[in-house]
Amino acid sequence: MDFQVVVLAGGVSKKLLPLVSHELPNALLPVANRPVLSYVVELLELSNLKDLIVVVEGKDTALNVGAWISGAYADRLHVEVAAVPEDVGTAGAIRAIARHLYAKDILIVSGDLVSDVPIGAVAATHRRHDAVVTALLCNTPVSGPLESVSSGGKDKAKKPGRYDLIGLDPTKQFLLHIATGAEVEKDLRIQKSILRSVGQVEIRADLMDAHLYAFKRSVLLEVLDQNGEFHSLKHDVLPYLVRSQLKSEVLLNGTPQAEENGTEKVISQSNQQMLSQILANASEPTFHLRHELSTNGSDSVRRTHKCCVYIAGSNKYCARLNSLQAYNDINRDVIGEASHLSGYSFSSHNNIIDPTAELGAKTTVGPHCMLGEGSQMGDKCSVKRSVIGRHCRIGANVKVVNSVVMNHVTIGDGCSIQGSVICSNVQLQERATLKDCQVGAGYMVTAGSDCKGEVLTKK
Amino acid sequence: MDARRPPRAVIDPKVRTVGFFTPPDPIQFDSNSLSPVMIPPPCHSSENLDLHSPPSVTPPSGDESVSVTGSYNGSSSELFPAPMSPALSQKIVAGDGGVGGGIVASSFPRGGGVPVCKLTTVSVVNTDSFAFDERDKPNKGGGSSMEVKDQAMNSKQKNEKSSKAERRALQEAQRAAKAAAKAEGNKATGTVTSGNLKSAKATKPPQKVDNTSVAASEKKGVDRPSEKDRKKDVPHPRMQYDDKSRVEKAKRRAVVNHTESRNRVELFRHLPQYEHGSQLPDLEAKFFQLEPVHPSVYKVGLQYLSGDISGGNARCIAMLQAFQDAIKDYTVPPEKTLVRDLTAKISSYVSFLIECRPLSISMGNAIRFLKSQIAKLPLTLSESESKTSLQSDIERFIYEKIILADKVIVEHAVTKIRDGDVLLTYGSSSAVEMILLRAHELGKQFQVVVVDSRPSLKGKLLLRRLVEKGLTCTYTHINAVSFIMHEVTRVFLGASSVLSNGTVYSGVGTASVAMVAHAFHVPVIVCCEAFKFHERVQLDSICSNELGDPDVISKVSGRGDVNHLDAWANAENLQLLNLIYDATPSDYVSIIVTDYGMIPPTSVPVVVREYSREQVWI
Repeated sequence: MDFQVVVLAGGVSKKLLPLVSHELPNALLPVANRPVLSYVVELLELSNLKDLIVVVEGKDTALNVGAWISGAYADRLHVEVAAVPEDVGTAGAIRAIARHLYAKDILIVSGDLVSDVPIGAVAATHRRHDAVVTALLCNTPVSGPLESVSSGGKDKAKKPGRYDLIGLDPTKQFLLHIATGAEVEKDLRIQKSILRSVGQVEIRADLMDAHLYAFKRSVLLEVLDQNGEFHSLKHDVLPYLVRSQLKSEVLLNGTPQAEENGTEKVISQSNQQMLSQILANASEPTFHLRHELSTNGSDSVRRTHKCCVYIAGSNKYCARLNSLQAYNDINRDVIGEASHLSGYSFSSHNNIIDPTAELGAKTTVGPHCMLGEGSQMGDKCSVKRSVIGRHCRIGANVKVVNSVVMNHVTIGDGCSIQGSVICSNVQLQERATLKDCQVGAGYMVTAGSDCKGEVLTKK
Repeated sequence: MDARRPPRAVIDPKVRTVGFFTPPDPIQFDSNSLSPVMIPPPCHSSENLDLHSPPSVTPPSGDESVSVTGSYNGSSSELFPAPMSPALSQKIVAGDGGVGGGIVASSFPRGGGVPVCKLTTVSVVNTDSFAFDERDKPNKGGGSSMEVKDQAMNSKQKNEKSSKAERRALQEAQRAAKAAAKAEGNKATGTVTSGNLKSAKATKPPQKVDNTSVAASEKKGVDRPSEKDRKKDVPHPRMQYDDKSRVEKAKRRAVVNHTESRNRVELFRHLPQYEHGSQLPDLEAKFFQLEPVHPSVYKVGLQYLSGDISGGNARCIAMLQAFQDAIKDYTVPPEKTLVRDLTAKISSYVSFLIECRPLSISMGNAIRFLKSQIAKLPLTLSESESKTSLQSDIERFIYEKIILADKVIVEHAVTKIRDGDVLLTYGSSSAVEMILLRAHELGKQFQVVVVDSRPSLKGKLLLRRLVEKGLTCTYTHINAVSFIMHEVTRVFLGASSVLSNGTVYSGVGTASVAMVAHAFHVPVIVCCEAFKFHERVQLDSICSNELGDPDVISKVSGRGDVNHLDAWANAENLQLLNLIYDATPSDYVSIIVTDYGMIPPTSVPVVVREYSREQVWI
């Protein structure tokens, strides 16, 4: 279908710092014991997109990611990994691989997307409207643990900052305004020209830009080429295209017409016009077309381009792993309400316990839990809504609630872990109590320590 | 069904004796009499061919992808002589022993400061093809990206092939399973109701015959194209959607997932009737799965389904342009001939489009034209020559049959507009719009009444365009047509098709407008391009029609308070009917303006017969 797929897998994000490292970049962060990148790759595979370009920041990271992909998807997918320098931003990453892009449209997916939205639908919307860019919007995910109220208050204060303010036309097909919550301070500026030609703009704060875009290649590369300072697709390129949609400076409208006139000499200009007019008259004109036609005063033809959106249905799951909170949330959802994403088959108790895992006497593993292979648990433990990785050794009387425990973690007797993320190779000594903590890889928590809301990393 | 009858049977003998001339009978009123004119010989097409030299379609040179690959090659040869530091290229340790592997080359700055980076293939589909190609190309440093890319291409191709074979195997297996299931099912039903079985059997053979006949005619190749065309000209019996066994079969073939609506109107059960809400998202979601459908065709299909393109001419043009794109990108697969394979391909596209929305008659004619052109291609032509010739054929069709025809129609019809006229039009017809605009350009003083109807409200769009151009307009809905008809002097109507008994098949409501006009002794002028003529005879609008989304009539846009029909689908004793077309009997039509002149409806068979025989009509 003349689409190329670019997965922006990122590098080592500062926002996820205690969890990620050069050995474990963002893309390989396990979600329900699977690297988060696999969710995107499998979503693409489901749409029969088997040629991917994965862009990774940093050489070492690229090596790691490449090694993982070649191990996991050899024989199934054709994946190419490109390493770009760190901090070039998403726009820089596309610039760096620009000469490998040749298809008419480019699908750019963020590597940290966990979703089940059919990607074909985005591409189809893009094609149907002949748009310059089509963005996937989804409902903002529910943030914070479902029950605990204590941390909820703190997060709610932050929450509005993270989300986007999105302006849509009444038919909810076109993007008229986009601003990240953080950029908006007190007032929201909307272009008069857009408002005038559309007539009605719907501003929504309950939608989130899922970082899945379909771009017209020629336009994207031209915009990136002309605006060297653009750093990010979301913060620079997309707003630029949305802003300029009624006074388009990109050459998209001019080129095809010139080409047609060159090849088909039979049809004179007037006939071509008549043809396009018949086609245009056949349907309800979009505001773009109306704007183009309403030449009040100025003789120059107004050129427009379309920025479309595809809004995922409310029954679809869509989340991005871009913060610590999101990491907890996604882990919870993937083994909980959005369990079809995980690709595992759940037991009758609604949890996944690997057959090689060993459970002690009177140990209970509740629903929405996952226990990786080779993990051992002592007696009288209790696990609720948590993910426990591979080859963990957990002593007796341990409580794990709402937490993520990665691989090769040793937990001593009597520990209590709540709302925390424990990275690989961590050692928790006896009776340690962790609440809402993040423990970096290889850290040792001393016996009897009581931590609340701390970030524990190795110096 | 009716169309199977030979066309001669329906021709009025009186008309046949007259030939090109028509008796001056169909108009009864003196004041408004429209004298039928002579049908000019089909000169305009050849004339215009002279005017505009035959299409010299140059091979697509400025193709984007081509240029890009070119530049890619160029840039890589340009970029790579720069010696890469060996430290930058490292082997990736493959997951399990040499399965995947490659060379990572990280980015290095180019002159412009834009970091350029190289792709590393870390995962390919076919392991055996992943042996390293160590050919050292001149002027290249380390492992070149070109080679990696080449391998990628190879493996990709192999992958496709293997997957195709796999798919075939899978399909085969599924078919077998289904056949088995079906046999069992038949046995089961056979014991219970023999009548059912009989009907199923009765319907099966004709379909099989159809298929084989098509296949056979395709196999016969190009040596006897005329006979083959004749065979193809006979339209397939229309699918009757109340025939369960055939519907089941069609469903299995279908790409678009149709769910049938529950409350179907009894009289129209034989028409395809689906729930409209679920089709578009479903088709959209399958975007990347539909490999065999060309992107342009897919796009047009989506636009039909979503209603972005409607109207006979626009749909036809969009479809033909999509086919043009498809032919441009078409390559003959090995061990196949263009004539056969392309015909099959076009047929598959057409069936896809039909699933999106039933074809209009004009589109059917256009498809028939294209297929006959493909069949007529001489075997001596090379692939690229045939492709360019087909593309120019399509171009010519669009130009001659639609654009030029419209121009001729406009020139004819404009003579029927006099100063002080009040013209009424219904809905939105591209031909009528052009006539009105042309008359306005000529400085004629007249008023336009645009009659519209729910739910499509296309008249509004026409009205907007007319008012922008400075015409004096009145806008009303069809329920006021008898009131406004007092003041009207002429009615101009568009048509989706004109059938050989003179019936005008057009958007629903046209018949009522024409009938009211007839009752008020107002002449009704139908404007229709000749490529929309069809030899079929239709007496009512029931046997062949299209059903729209019933939800559209239950909802009134902008009036949330009119919600009495909400959740109507749950009421078992309520059915909504949203017909798209209706048939206007020829009695109500005073004259038909076509590109062969102004003819009375009784002369339609003449046009169909004379011009289809010479292949000028189509």
